[in-house]
Amino acid sequence: MTALAQPAAAPNPCLGWYHKESGMETAPRTDIFDETALVDLARQGDDTAFTALVSRYDRKIFRLAKNITQNDEDAEDVLQDAFLKAYTHLDRFNGDSKFYTWIVRIAVNEALMKLRKRRSDKMVSLDEEIDTGEEQVTREIAVWDGDPEQKYGQAELRQILDEAVQNLKPAFRSVFHLRDVEELSTEETAEVLGLSVPAVKSRLLRARLQLRERLTKVFKRKGDDTLAYM
Amino acid sequence: MLTCKEFLTELTDFLDEETDPGLRAKLDKHISECPNCWVVVDTCKKTMQVYKGMEPQSIPNDVETRLMDALSRKMAARRSGEA
Repeated sequence: MTALAQPAAAPNPCLGWYHKESGMETAPRTDIFDETALVDLARQGDDTAFTALVSRYDRKIFRLAKNITQNDEDAEDVLQDAFLKAYTHLDRFNGDSKFYTWIVRIAVNEALMKLRKRRSDKMVSLDEEIDTGEEQVTREIAVWDGDPEQKYGQAELRQILDEAVQNLKPAFRSVFHLRDVEELSTEETAEVLGLSVPAVKSRLLRARLQLRERLTKVFKRKGDDTLAYM
Repeated sequence: MLTCKEFLTELTDFLDEETDPGLRAKLDKHISECPNCWVVVDTCKKTMQVYKGMEPQSIPNDVETRLMDALSRKMAARRSGEA
């Protein structure tokens, strides 16, 4: 495989790069650009730069959409609608937040609309009052049997984790996904979901405890139970 | 000493290392003396870690193709509108 020209050697406004040996134009090396540079170029009308942003984040946005809607078809619609809206309204992106946070916010809104349509009998909202309960969920008190990432195959572990998340309420699931999977900050999560910071923290606590509870049932050391610690 | 209930109300900030040093010291003391809360903290950390470690799966090829096709149509429509 021939090496591509180094970034400093062949920068051009169209993000085109050339094979050193053949001199032919190759696929653009947009992976070397940071997000801000790509957004700036996309806002100037460079469609290659916008496509690079899509390629950079589409897997994460699809995972987010699947996580909220729990439905493959809806997730695909959300994926498309989110990026098409972002493309159409890129001039409204003011750069105060990261582009990724902005596209996540669009995708979350699209996913919630899907949920509301699907469950027209039950209103779905992320800003509804959630009873976080006085009693926290800590019934399973047992240490885990080794490292699940070592003990289980990737596919099996993914299935266990997905099933545990699916059982969370949408309001908890969204907060958990943004904070602990996508690693947005508490403030960014609050901004994306239109929640207060205390509401995010409260829901995150419930989500983490509920997931911990479910995963402990699967991962706990055999023979370990609450009595061992009482 | 904090009660377990008081400890749990601070758990999110504790896990995210967002507590002030004074409270942090009290929480650390609590888990050093309470095996149940130690287990809860340990398994919560592992829960967070195992989810963070999961890379997003590739998008199915047909989904990716439809996304890029839709985007191309949108871009072409904008270009023809500008022409």
